[in-house]
Amino acid sequence: MSKSIRATAALAAVLASAPILSSAKAWEPTKPVEIVVAAGAGGASDQMARMMQAAIQKNSLMKAPVVVSLKGGASGAEALIYMKSSEGDANKVLIAYSLIYMLPLSAKIPFNWRDLTPVSVVAMDQFVLWDNASGAKTVKEFIAAAKAASSPFKMGGTGSKREDHVLTVFMEKQTGAKFSYLPYKSGGEAATQLVGNHTEANVNNPSENLEVWRAGQVRALCVFDKERISYKTKVTETQSWNDIPTCKEEGLDVQYLMLRAMFLPGKVTPEQQAFYVDLFEKVTKTPEYKDYMEKQALKPIFLKGPEMLKFLEEDDALNKSLMTEAGFVAK
Amino acid sequence: MEAFGLLMHGFAVLMTWKIISLMVVGLVLGIFVGVLPGLGGPNGVAILLPLTFTMDPTSAIVMLSCIYWGALFGGAITSILFNIPGEAWSVATTFDGYPMAQQGKAAEALTAAFTSSFIGSLVAVMLITFLAPIISSFALKFGPPEFFAVYLLTFCSFVGLGREAKHKTVISMALGLLIAGIGMDTVSGNLRMTFGSDNLLRGINFLVAVIGLFGISEILLTMEERLALRGHAAKISLRTVLKVWMDLPKYWVTLLRSSVIGCWLGITPGGAIAASFMGYNLAKRFSKDSESFGKGRIEGVFAPETAAHASGTAALLPMLALGIPGSGTAAILLGGLMVWGLNPGPLLFVEHKDFVWGLIASMYLGNVVGLVIVLTTVPIFASILRVPFAAVAPMIVVSCAIGAYAIQNAMFDIWLMLGFGVVGYVFKKIGIPLAPFTLALVLGSRAEDAFRLAMIGSGGSVGVFWSNGLVGTITTLAITLLFWPVIDKVFSGVGRMLKPAAQTS
Repeated sequence: MSKSIRATAALAAVLASAPILSSAKAWEPTKPVEIVVAAGAGGASDQMARMMQAAIQKNSLMKAPVVVSLKGGASGAEALIYMKSSEGDANKVLIAYSLIYMLPLSAKIPFNWRDLTPVSVVAMDQFVLWDNASGAKTVKEFIAAAKAASSPFKMGGTGSKREDHVLTVFMEKQTGAKFSYLPYKSGGEAATQLVGNHTEANVNNPSENLEVWRAGQVRALCVFDKERISYKTKVTETQSWNDIPTCKEEGLDVQYLMLRAMFLPGKVTPEQQAFYVDLFEKVTKTPEYKDYMEKQALKPIFLKGPEMLKFLEEDDALNKSLMTEAGFVAK
Repeated sequence: MEAFGLLMHGFAVLMTWKIISLMVVGLVLGIFVGVLPGLGGPNGVAILLPLTFTMDPTSAIVMLSCIYWGALFGGAITSILFNIPGEAWSVATTFDGYPMAQQGKAAEALTAAFTSSFIGSLVAVMLITFLAPIISSFALKFGPPEFFAVYLLTFCSFVGLGREAKHKTVISMALGLLIAGIGMDTVSGNLRMTFGSDNLLRGINFLVAVIGLFGISEILLTMEERLALRGHAAKISLRTVLKVWMDLPKYWVTLLRSSVIGCWLGITPGGAIAASFMGYNLAKRFSKDSESFGKGRIEGVFAPETAAHASGTAALLPMLALGIPGSGTAAILLGGLMVWGLNPGPLLFVEHKDFVWGLIASMYLGNVVGLVIVLTTVPIFASILRVPFAAVAPMIVVSCAIGAYAIQNAMFDIWLMLGFGVVGYVFKKIGIPLAPFTLALVLGSRAEDAFRLAMIGSGGSVGVFWSNGLVGTITTLAITLLFWPVIDKVFSGVGRMLKPAAQTS
């Protein structure tokens, strides 16, 4: 398996380098390229941006250097406004996630992803229901405990009126249990607060809870997807990502996947867009990317062009309906 | 004793020429970065991070952490010489450091600052070495109520122990809290006080405000008073250094108290900033001669520097052991660790012993080498004072502007910084202290979030702040400190006897 991947990667690298030689006139950035992160240091987006920075530099995929710039202010709105105001500047590329749909709805940020230039969708991120290792052992027990609790049953998450919060609301609707949602500044904080027993559960992405899971401090109850995570290598002493049941298997029919996608500012030329589509396609073939996908239990995916647009429109509609149903759309 | 053996192993990992020279390079870069206002540790580390991608993780972290130590040392230089804190945690160092420089005791002040930085870091590193496993579980005890209690304690110690008139401290703090509220509110997810402006969306950056409040306002005052930066040729000789060192034992209580405060606030992410202020205030409170603070007292340099550095160092512990960065720089180091394929967390200490103990050993070595470097370069920095004000002032203004701009690459921040400069000038004129304002600006939104999360968690009952021994003790201590002047008066006789006991808390 890994051999064939490496062979494909090598082949891709050879194929990829050929057109550069033949079409020397194709556009290429001459100034440092900024990967704009709409979250704080150490979060999932930041880690991904740094992986890309390393993958691009180590494999010499581009001549210009890559810098990561953190624009996590105002829950990531800072990055969105920054991208919007950088029209025509092809040296900035945003690493986006579901906030591009949700923030404009919940906080009335004057932003629309259609103002930016889509490059590619590079991964899908999972959500897992976690509880403290000393807590309930199955989803059923967990829900029963939530229903029986006399004091507020606390669910930690990142930010308010965002993906974690939406998932919590849908769990409430599905089960009739009541949760008190505690919005933290980052997934890392939500993870430690769960370990310290200050919350009963969280719905972190796999990457955010990976280390505390490996240390046996939290338990993975179920994954919010139609199918199990594909990675079968043991991560903890006894479990692989694949051993986590889906929430539906456990009788909790809630699903949500989050995109990880690259965007350029608006009004860039088609050549510039094409350069980045090609660049990130190459990134997804590097060993660094593949390692990262497996380690952080992300779903590898690569969408570009009309395929990506169709996906974005559908995903936008879905997020909008979830946000509306959860009552998070600002009037 | 197992820790000791592992530490020796760590030293063995480091003892190569390559690593030692990387260390020196890192320290020198760090000092420069620390001297430039606004650039500071986090930005310096962020800019230099990609350089390390090609190194092996141990060399890389040694170099980056040395940049961090260098920045910690360097931040003190501008605070003392120009009254411009290069780093947020150097604000409290300006209170007595700058008056000392004005009195021609710049060399003493710098030596004191560097030495106490060294002591603070050393205490924290020893703590990391021997208490790592215990402390990482202690940090887990901190939920929203505990965090709020710590912030409350910091605020209350300011009001209760401050030298200034209480109402002025409260006014200053309230204005700071108001400004801290600008931007996105994490708990509700709504925007506040942004008035539709994209620039206000991300809130008022604390460093931009500090550079203006302290740096620009100082230039304005100096211009008005036609004061040159009257520095004397600070001849730092071995004798000055030794003289300061000879005096050290006299201040052992201050040093110890500040180290404890620093370690504690570094581990619980209260941060170096809160630590430096708290260290200063407590030193002043428990001094027999608290009137002389703020007028160039060497103890006023020892106290905040020791606390800031103990906390800056201790902040690395929760980052390694739990993956929660205790400071901005620690957060960037965290990003670096992940790039090198190391995941900070409880297992790091088990799975990557070489790396962890190499890093801890580099903290010892880095501090010793750093102290030597800064002490030998003090004459160079102190000689800046001999340059005429007319030449230095524009340079300071420019470096302030660059610093403010570099934080978020925003032109708006330069205007904001100039605005804060005027505010700082007015505050100084009407005698409103700046420190409570800056403190509220830094901790305001965190304190607010912690309070509201605690309220959500408890279903709205204030009793949660006394719900267990830890949080109850901190909250009670906070309220005691708030009303300390009253309590002090009532039990003035008894109070004097209780002071030594209170110091250890």
